[in-house]
Amino acid sequence: MYRRGLTKSGESALATHRSARRHATRLVAATASVAAATLLAACGGSSSSGGGSSTTASGKQIVRVAVVSNSQMLNIEKLTSQFEKANPNIKVVYDTLSEDNERSAVETDITTHANQFNVAMISNQETPTWAKNGWLTNLKPVLSADKSYDYSDLISNVVNGLSYNGGVYAAPFYAESSMIMYRKSLFQAAGLTMPQDPTWQQIASFAQKLNNKKTGTAGICLRGQVGWGENLAALIPVINAGGGSWFNMKWEPQLTSPATEQAVKFYVNLVRNYGESGASNDGFAECENYYGQGKAAMWYDATSAAGPIFQTYPKVAADTGYAFAPSGSSTGATGERAPWLYSWSLVVPKGVPNASAAEKYVEWATGPQYIKWSASKVGWANIDPGTRYSTYALPQYQKAAPFAPLVLKAIETANEEKPTTMQVPYTGDEFIVGSWFISLGTEVSQQISAAIAGTESVDQALKTSQTDAESTMRSNGLLK
Amino acid sequence: MSVTAANDEVQVGRKSGFVSHLHRRKNNTGIPEMSSRERWSRRAPLLPALIFTVIVTQVPFVLVIWYSLHGWNTLQPGSNTWVGLKEYRLLFSDPLFGHAVINTIIIAGCGAIVSMVLGVMFAVMLNRRFRGRGLARTLLITPFLVVPAASALLYKTSIFDSTYGLLNWVLGPFGVHHVNWIGSHSVVAVVMVLVWEWTPFMMLIVLGGLQGESVEVLEAASVDGANAVQSFFRITLPHITKYIELALLLGSIYIIQTWAEVFILTQGGGGASGTATTNLPYYIYQLAFNQFNVSEAAAAGVIVVIGTEVIATFVLKLLGSLFADTEVLG
Repeated sequence: MYRRGLTKSGESALATHRSARRHATRLVAATASVAAATLLAACGGSSSSGGGSSTTASGKQIVRVAVVSNSQMLNIEKLTSQFEKANPNIKVVYDTLSEDNERSAVETDITTHANQFNVAMISNQETPTWAKNGWLTNLKPVLSADKSYDYSDLISNVVNGLSYNGGVYAAPFYAESSMIMYRKSLFQAAGLTMPQDPTWQQIASFAQKLNNKKTGTAGICLRGQVGWGENLAALIPVINAGGGSWFNMKWEPQLTSPATEQAVKFYVNLVRNYGESGASNDGFAECENYYGQGKAAMWYDATSAAGPIFQTYPKVAADTGYAFAPSGSSTGATGERAPWLYSWSLVVPKGVPNASAAEKYVEWATGPQYIKWSASKVGWANIDPGTRYSTYALPQYQKAAPFAPLVLKAIETANEEKPTTMQVPYTGDEFIVGSWFISLGTEVSQQISAAIAGTESVDQALKTSQTDAESTMRSNGLLK
Repeated sequence: MSVTAANDEVQVGRKSGFVSHLHRRKNNTGIPEMSSRERWSRRAPLLPALIFTVIVTQVPFVLVIWYSLHGWNTLQPGSNTWVGLKEYRLLFSDPLFGHAVINTIIIAGCGAIVSMVLGVMFAVMLNRRFRGRGLARTLLITPFLVVPAASALLYKTSIFDSTYGLLNWVLGPFGVHHVNWIGSHSVVAVVMVLVWEWTPFMMLIVLGGLQGESVEVLEAASVDGANAVQSFFRITLPHITKYIELALLLGSIYIIQTWAEVFILTQGGGGASGTATTNLPYYIYQLAFNQFNVSEAAAAGVIVVIGTEVIATFVLKLLGSLFADTEVLG
């Protein structure tokens, strides 16, 4: 095809070779300079981020805090300058992640003793287990010694959830229970009255009457998203209120028991018939938007939702009434009110550097002064709820937050030791305290989400969940 | 281009410009031999890069094998003990693992095949000249450049949402209302995002093949009376077959590793089993970061690597024979 001695374009081979050589040299030079530039950029970048170092260039102590990206945490990030001004030799750095990612990152850090975080935000689900494993610092001595911290002001129910063997291993940043939020105007227009202490049967009938396909308003907004902290947090109290449970005293799973099945069927049918569309993807944030934009007549969720609704959706907030978390079973049998109890709390892992600086930070973030001071920046309705009695005694808070007394009562009456009417070997209202619960809860929540989406029947979902629970119990040695 | 046995320096020079000006001993095949010193002087500059690559890729791999032979669960202190092949046995008897394998095959297979079909269509379209071809090409390539997590988030919030999503809005006039794409059609949703991301990749490789097609053959075909469809299926398609296979092989290797889309869209849920979108990468993530069962996750990783190697070797042998059979025209 090619004539001997010449390339296709007619150049001599030698000329081609020479130009190829020059081309190659230029290419090598270009690659080398790019590589050098990348290396320099990488070196420069890593020294400024200071990953792993515990002091800044100017000798300040670094306190690295892992937080979840909820609005209360985002608020404190903006207000940390007050702490740094009062403690000029401490620099606070935040690692903000979404809930599941933050949990994974913190668990990985603490279980491998990487000590990357000086302070971490965990909940009352992890605290007792991690304290038992010896991974957390006992904060009680430091907190109770400081008079200005007012240790006895902390709500005792919340502190109990964070205690182990007489020590307190986490300081509560904000705590929540559950309640019903409803639109007063929609209730009035339909001639309905919400009692202060409703039952699930009443809620179901309200949802049926207020569900309006024409205006696109759902009767009730309920969580359906995959996650033990998402749809299960809403569903388990319904099971508890109806007399069902996860396990009996012998750790045999009870997910296919009649009471549990009835409660789950009730929840799934309620959200499929009178709940928001696409509920199987809706977690706390999605429901907040749904309710705040006026697309639902009721919302059953955390008490900590009330503040952000005031902040983001003031018109709907002004029209919102509040009632206790529903009690009773779906068949009308009276049961106990089963509110949940959850607190996002700050811990100092054992063995981290700058431990005393970390403890100072924890004291500031959960102290009474921060709560009062933050009101001027975030508004009185939105200050960190559920941790201190004094918060609820503040006259400005009582005026700005109509939900305050109900929330305090709900938090005080939640009982983690006795979540359900049956006797059970576990603690925890909307979760179970135990490291194996994370993966089991996720598996079960996947099944429930599929049932809510309609791709699986409730019976099949519960059967699969039961099998998952049995294998988890066996592999953890709780069930023979 | 074949190298004759003749002593032709110019031909050798054209083949590899770096060697031509040096006189060499030539053996029967005409390829010059090098002394051992010269071989090492060529390899030595590569050694730092090679050592770096080996350390960065092989040391973690060896560590993973090491972890997989222990029973380590980071939430259970004291579980980091030698257990031999126990984790592998556990995995093979775990129905969820087999389920994840099947899910991976379904999701990766559908994703690769659909994006290949679309890629061929777009490549044929872009192979013609038309006004705005440059703009069309840029727009068609862009999805491949978007980070997978961003694509998945975009689809989750703006396109698949049952109330506010664009897909339901576009399909509204056809009687589609409030379809919960992510909840009720989870696998379809994940595959849709994968197809959106990978079609440009397939398209580019096939486009390269199309542009190497000889125009004279196509002209001859049309002179002989073949219409567009016949000429596509009988002339173009056989020519680009090996490009399609190459793209499928390369694309599948990456699409099998899909993780971000599953994590953001469905968290592994969906379907009649509740876990229809849990593919192998997501299952390993769950083992490692939900159960904190590091050893089982490591064992699953090793099994996946071995399985992928077996399949890839088999496919490469198949492709290799195909490459040897077909010849470039002209």
